[in-house]
Amino acid sequence: MRPLKKRSCTWRWGVLKKFGKELGVFVLLVVLCTVVDVLNHRFLGIQNLQNMGRLVGMYGIFGIGAAMVIITSGIDLTVGSMLALLGILLSIAMMEKHWPSPLAALAILVGGGALGAIHGFLITKVKLQPFIVTLCGLLLYRGLSQFVAKDETKGFGDSTALGWLYTASSGDILGVPVPFLILIVVAIVFGVVLHYSVFGRYLYAVGRNEEAARYSGIDTKKVIAGAYVIAGFLTALAAILIAVDTGSISPSSHGNSYELYGIAAAVLGGCSLKGGEGSIIGVLLGTALLQVLQNLVTLLGIPSSLNFAVLGAVILIGVTIDQLVHQRSGSKR
Amino acid sequence: MLEARALTKRYPGVTALSEVDFSVGPGEVVALIGENGAGKSTLIKLFGGLVQPDGGEILWNGKPIQITSVGVATQLGIGVIHQELSNLTNLDVAGNVFLGREPRKFGFLVDRKLMIQHTEEYLRPLGLDLSPVTPLSELSIARQQMVEIAKALSLEAKILIMDEPTSSLTSGETAHLLKLIDDLRSRGVGIVYVSHRLDEVKAIADRAIAFRDGKNAGALSKEELTTENMVRLMVGRDIQRQSSRGFVATESRLVVNGLRTKRFPNREISFTVGKGEIVGIAGLVGAGRSEVAQAIFGVDERVGGTVELDGVALPSGSPKAAIERGLYLAPEDRRKEGLITAMTIRENVTLPGMARYSTIGLIRSKKESEISVSMRERLRIKAPSIESQVSGLSGGNQQKVVLAKWLSLNPKVLVFDEPTRGIDIGARAEIYDLMRSLAAEGVAILMISSDMEEVLGLSDRVVVMHEGSLSGVLPRDAATEEAIMHLAVGSA
Repeated sequence: MRPLKKRSCTWRWGVLKKFGKELGVFVLLVVLCTVVDVLNHRFLGIQNLQNMGRLVGMYGIFGIGAAMVIITSGIDLTVGSMLALLGILLSIAMMEKHWPSPLAALAILVGGGALGAIHGFLITKVKLQPFIVTLCGLLLYRGLSQFVAKDETKGFGDSTALGWLYTASSGDILGVPVPFLILIVVAIVFGVVLHYSVFGRYLYAVGRNEEAARYSGIDTKKVIAGAYVIAGFLTALAAILIAVDTGSISPSSHGNSYELYGIAAAVLGGCSLKGGEGSIIGVLLGTALLQVLQNLVTLLGIPSSLNFAVLGAVILIGVTIDQLVHQRSGSKR
Repeated sequence: MLEARALTKRYPGVTALSEVDFSVGPGEVVALIGENGAGKSTLIKLFGGLVQPDGGEILWNGKPIQITSVGVATQLGIGVIHQELSNLTNLDVAGNVFLGREPRKFGFLVDRKLMIQHTEEYLRPLGLDLSPVTPLSELSIARQQMVEIAKALSLEAKILIMDEPTSSLTSGETAHLLKLIDDLRSRGVGIVYVSHRLDEVKAIADRAIAFRDGKNAGALSKEELTTENMVRLMVGRDIQRQSSRGFVATESRLVVNGLRTKRFPNREISFTVGKGEIVGIAGLVGAGRSEVAQAIFGVDERVGGTVELDGVALPSGSPKAAIERGLYLAPEDRRKEGLITAMTIRENVTLPGMARYSTIGLIRSKKESEISVSMRERLRIKAPSIESQVSGLSGGNQQKVVLAKWLSLNPKVLVFDEPTRGIDIGARAEIYDLMRSLAAEGVAILMISSDMEEVLGLSDRVVVMHEGSLSGVLPRDAATEEAIMHLAVGSA
């Protein structure tokens, strides 16, 4: 009887260890939702949920990209500027060059992936630090956005005339916002990639110990560059949805500091900036948590100027608790 | 002045020092000699306050003392020049000499003027024509070492311990250093000189103390300091030799020709390993053995030369290509290079062979688990399950996981770099058995080892390296500890 008990105990510990962070975020999310709803019943209203779902969808897509890069112990700071640049290019392609929308969208996706490939090349082959490469990208793409748009706000005219693109960004299916559905698909695809594919295994391996991965015959440069390509591609996907949904893209402010939402969601969801840790489900929960927090600021009548302060405080508390739990469970063993 | 009495230091699984005696007085150069792992470094660490003894005592001017930290050692007047220099190359000479005790103005500003002035005072007696404001990164290793010595003197070191000070110096620089040591001796500084270079020991030491396997192996007075005597003290251990397998390889499996590595770009090395043969590479630490292994496996680019496996050349700088062809390396630093310790046994074992356990890029977890379970049983890896994290395993079991990675892929050539370092005796024997049985299956085994017993016990032939070159190849019957040692110190 005794060994059996011990075994089930270690099994539970194993699960808790594996999904501990995700579980913690999930509990926090549920508690927060309950509290907010008690204080303001509009929180769980259809309209509010749809709104949040749409935002979670868009933010989650580039959040997954951010997580892929963070798992390799890298970072991608270009997201916000890429959202602006790619959004403006989409507008120009469709409204000024009159490209058919599928072609324009495809070009944007390929362009996003290509930018990611350039980041990956500079990081792995030229051996620049990810922070520096993407910081330069952040400045460069923002400047290019302003230049290409001649500092004018770009849009899509009557956005309902965009057809499928409008549906994908602002539409609902059976009441569920389409971006949220797209996120589900993206999450399933990249969940499989990260957790069940050889590439995913390599990503974790490289993030945890690049040297040992190299000694195991893994082409670590290709793997790392691949993560940046994925991040670029997913950012482009989010860029299309956000651009069309907002309908107006101001080159100087569109997407400003969105890279930080991606990074924050990944970190809240269990990614370590040291690399080698994190899960897709964690990123989804992290993204949702961030949106709920923003929503809470509005719904609870907290001055919206405190928006960022609330985000910062909650993330800080979250990672602190996680660290303390980690230290305690570590010292026990 | 500085004395050790019956000093003992134990690490988990090994006794690094066992009741050794040592002494050095003012104005005396005492050489400390011994093979790799004889306990020299441990004694230095004990004197330097880096580790604490488990038995015996250290005496300073006849009084027992506890050297509980580097600070205490410094205060007493014990200066240690480590083999790996601990300079900050981004600072200048003066900044290094006064690191951590910069003279101050107003309590918080560094008084550069005073610092430079004092530094000059310390450099001058060393005969160092050097400006205190030269950035250290512009100095040669030899000069950086001089700066370390100047620093030790500025701390009023009465005893200076030098660990392999000449290992990266040219002969001219070495001569200068030896002159400097002579100078220091005449000024009453006591010097402990740790070196593998017996010629230098002969030239400079007043006497020598030899360690072997963590014990005193004897002492030599100035008159007795001959290479013969020193080698005899350093080796001369009873090694239980397995009866020779009488194996002679008929077919070359691995052919290394004119190989040059980054560390010794001007030295070439050529040798072969036959099918089913175990070739040991002996040599002293720093002889460039690991670099050879890394260049063969491809984690380092080769500077020149070729590596052939079964008659087909291997590309340079591609561990992936080596792995595809069946040549594997079990690296020296298991935790850093051999394993991803934050991953499970299963994930580590299957990492290099992922292609075999996947279809269209997706992992077939059942197959993955099967191979991991079978490797765990075959190698008797002691762990609760294949899902255990490697970081929690003992050194021996970690090494078995490294081997499991490669055995699951049917090796043709296995290169071992220090296969049993930090591994307990039981697991050690298992790894030896495994190596022998792999050889019997036709695997060519190349084994770098600093453990004489291991080299002599396993090798069919022994390749000896000295400072980046091959200094000799000994067939099994000619491979004695003394013969190897003579080649390793470059005196043969």
